[in-house]
Amino acid sequence: MATTDIHVHSAVHGHDDHGHDHDHEHHEGNFWTKYIFSEDHKVIAKQFLITGIFWALLGGTLSVIFRLQLGFPDMNLDWLKPVLGGWITPEGKLDPEFYLALVTMHGTIMVFFVLTAGLSGTFSNFLIPLQIGARDMASGFMNMLSYWFFFVSSVIMFTSLFLQDGPAGGGWVIYPPLSALPQAIKGSGMGMTLWLVSMALFIVSSLLGGINYITTVINMRTKGMSFTRMPLTIWAFFFTAIIGLLSFPVLFSAALLLIFDRSFGTSFFLSDIYIAGEALPNVGGSPILFQHLFWFLGHPEVYIVLLPALGLSSEIIATNARKPIFGYKAMIGSMLFIGILSFIVWAHHMFVTGMNPFLGSIFMLLTLIIAVPSAVKIFNYVTTLWQGNIRFTPGMLFSIGLVSFFLTGGITGVFLGNSALDIQLHDTYFVVAHFHLVMGSASFFGMMAGVYHWFPKMFGRMMDERLGQIHFWITFIGVYLVFFPMHYIGIAGFPRRYYSWTNFETFSGFADLNMLVSIAAVATLAAQFIFLFNFFYSIFRGRVASANPWKSNTLEWTTPVNVGHGNWPGAIPNVYRWPYDYSKPGAKDDYIPQHIPFSETPESNLPGENEQIKLESSDGSISPDKH
Amino acid sequence: MMSLIIGIGVVLVLTIFYLIFRVSRLVGIAKGKDPDRVSSSNGVHGNLFMLFMIGGLVAFFWYSWAHFDEYTLPVASIHGAETDMLFWVSMAVVVAAFVIITIIMFVFTYQYKYDENRKAKFYPDNHYLELAWTIIPAVVLSLLIFTGLKSWNEITSPASAEAEVVELVGQQFAWTARYPGIKDNQLGTVNYRLIDNYGNEFGLDLSDKNSFDDFKSLELHIPAGKEILLKIRAKDVLHSVFLPHFRVKMDAVPGMPTNFKFTATKTTAQMREETGNPNFNYEMACTEVCGRGHFSMKMAVVVHTQDEFEEWKKTQEAWLKQNPTYLEKVPAGLREAAMISAGIPVESLSTSAQSVNQAISVN
Repeated sequence: MATTDIHVHSAVHGHDDHGHDHDHEHHEGNFWTKYIFSEDHKVIAKQFLITGIFWALLGGTLSVIFRLQLGFPDMNLDWLKPVLGGWITPEGKLDPEFYLALVTMHGTIMVFFVLTAGLSGTFSNFLIPLQIGARDMASGFMNMLSYWFFFVSSVIMFTSLFLQDGPAGGGWVIYPPLSALPQAIKGSGMGMTLWLVSMALFIVSSLLGGINYITTVINMRTKGMSFTRMPLTIWAFFFTAIIGLLSFPVLFSAALLLIFDRSFGTSFFLSDIYIAGEALPNVGGSPILFQHLFWFLGHPEVYIVLLPALGLSSEIIATNARKPIFGYKAMIGSMLFIGILSFIVWAHHMFVTGMNPFLGSIFMLLTLIIAVPSAVKIFNYVTTLWQGNIRFTPGMLFSIGLVSFFLTGGITGVFLGNSALDIQLHDTYFVVAHFHLVMGSASFFGMMAGVYHWFPKMFGRMMDERLGQIHFWITFIGVYLVFFPMHYIGIAGFPRRYYSWTNFETFSGFADLNMLVSIAAVATLAAQFIFLFNFFYSIFRGRVASANPWKSNTLEWTTPVNVGHGNWPGAIPNVYRWPYDYSKPGAKDDYIPQHIPFSETPESNLPGENEQIKLESSDGSISPDKH
Repeated sequence: MMSLIIGIGVVLVLTIFYLIFRVSRLVGIAKGKDPDRVSSSNGVHGNLFMLFMIGGLVAFFWYSWAHFDEYTLPVASIHGAETDMLFWVSMAVVVAAFVIITIIMFVFTYQYKYDENRKAKFYPDNHYLELAWTIIPAVVLSLLIFTGLKSWNEITSPASAEAEVVELVGQQFAWTARYPGIKDNQLGTVNYRLIDNYGNEFGLDLSDKNSFDDFKSLELHIPAGKEILLKIRAKDVLHSVFLPHFRVKMDAVPGMPTNFKFTATKTTAQMREETGNPNFNYEMACTEVCGRGHFSMKMAVVVHTQDEFEEWKKTQEAWLKQNPTYLEKVPAGLREAAMISAGIPVESLSTSAQSVNQAISVN
């Protein structure tokens, strides 16, 4: 009889890595090599996570500061003076230029540093080797470099916050000429330079990470882990990495050309400009060109942020509904389709920029097509819940929250993708509501779900469930209260990135809604401290986790509670089945992990699966003499 | 002192929270309650989702209904009425889909809470279902796309030759309008290198005779019932023309003139009557972030009847008349034509014109 206890077999690869096993190369060196310049994917994942959490707090705090301005325009902000100094005017108001810098940095931090690096960096790194059955990433060294480029990039971006002229202030999309001309706004001086340098390093980090993820997924899957047996998380990370690899270099080129325009007198994006009393010599450039380049990354970026979150929640929802994810292949197909389409919809951000209207028609068609695979994903999530046996762990709650945001925020894309309707809605709060729900909050919830779900694997301890649930409810309701009212404000035409609306009669209303939004934003930010406490407390004093606390099927739960370098103390388990055999009819328990062969579960095998038993021995996993 | 008390208060409250957390945790451990599969309060969250869904939907429909007039702007253009119609049709489709899916999802979370004695249904796929919910959204979306495309194509089609042309120029942080003048009804050519700080804010090229009667306005005046073609440009950075009541938006791009055509349907006076607000004014805003004063880049907009509009135009002085020193930039041969065109009395200025001529010939 075959045995499930594959990991008790002695190590075939000799990559045994207990700290006290001194019989081979030392991975558990001193503090520096273990925690700082580590090449272990799990440590790197935690580094990304902690850095991401730092950025998320900072990004959230910046948003609360500008929400104070928008919700309470008459409030005296003198009490912020110790922190913001000269950015608070003598009248106790926020400086309008600093307001723009806050908006810009909030966007940059959240999109790139939290939801790209913090999310993909954490979970791609942590889960890819563990879920496909690999000892580590294809290149541990490149992986380490990826984090340290991100770290340097973070330091530079953080430094820019303390400049005399303030950080970049032209919006996170940094459209030139505003971002190219220091005469136009203070933030376009040193702040913008640091922004560009930081982003260039960030892109390097992303590419180093992405190449690693792709290589690892293609080459390092354990025996039996065919592509069609990969968990949806891995599919999501795989597509994300490919999208990033193809689109980030385009942002790099845009940044590079902008650096040329700013520093070396070229005219890629500048033409016919008269500013600060003089006509600039630049002619022939086009600001629209920059927008094309920017959104060629910018739109795929939305999916770079979103797909990992969708992957994480697919896994968490299946596990906690105790059901196979509905339409596994349709989920992969829709992600693939979304991934491809994400490259040919970018100009829907540009319907009213003066771009040729015919181009607008084409992009409108392509954009609304992308709604179809997105809708399929939502329907599949909902059907997975149907007749499930749902455990509301914090991870599950956040995943359900994600689906809800994905629906609420995604569906308003039907208006914005329609160029005729976008004329009115473009750059209003309707857009703000749309992308904060579908991209910001949905991805953020995916990230939170991932942290709660994989915390036991990361730190060997459980997070407090009750606190996690309280965190979820305050955040879930808070996020809806922040972003749902913005739809009304947007339909009323309120433009975004406005310091105040009092100059306009048309936009004089909604003081009440804006106040509600700001209060909800403060409450939501405050609730994150519950998470912070829970997170750090549980690292040290949380309940010790069992090896597979969620009764999950995927391979990472076959590792010991405290995973060492190399992940499995013995041989890497082989894989015999897909990861979603939950509540299989006839099975003893309501889950059958991936490493259990069909030969051991004759009671629950489906007709086709009995035939696969014959093949199992040829997988090399079960020694021939035992058969 | 006050902040110290607040600080101490906060610390106290946090300490109390922490103690509650510790005590409940220790009690849990003492009870030996180490939940195997689900915690005892698992079902609560299914109920909470149900409550949230009902509360949320009620609030959504109530607010949308009760405050409809607050968040909808009256529409005052032909294409705006059309796109508004399309907006509300899309809204009906979207809200229907949203409500149905939301209800189904949260009912499921309520209905299928964990029960130890029940096993979930093993239901990995169903091709008919998947096909259905791929095709239905695709069909609905294509219907919306095609109506949208039709409007978009009409909106962006070239303006008619009779359209009333107005040039809008964005700069940090103000809008200026230039009208082609009543004599030739043609906008003169401009060149950004001719812009100066002394008056030629448009960069008017005075060797072009079309520029002589152009006039400037700091308010946008347009007639109702006649097609208007906005020619839009920017001097320094990106700006965006936003006329919310007319559903008009188009970026102003340095180096790349853009345009937008529309027909206003209601004069300011009519709108004042319709809204019951005697102080109602149309406004134009900037919707592309352009720097410190972005939020204050307002231009007043006045919609006249066509007759009033013609009258108003007649009262406007040509730019050249307001800035007679620029006459010297006009080629000598065209100077008299320029004065006539700009409405400058030729006799009264002949002396100064002569002196200009002399100055030029000396050079």
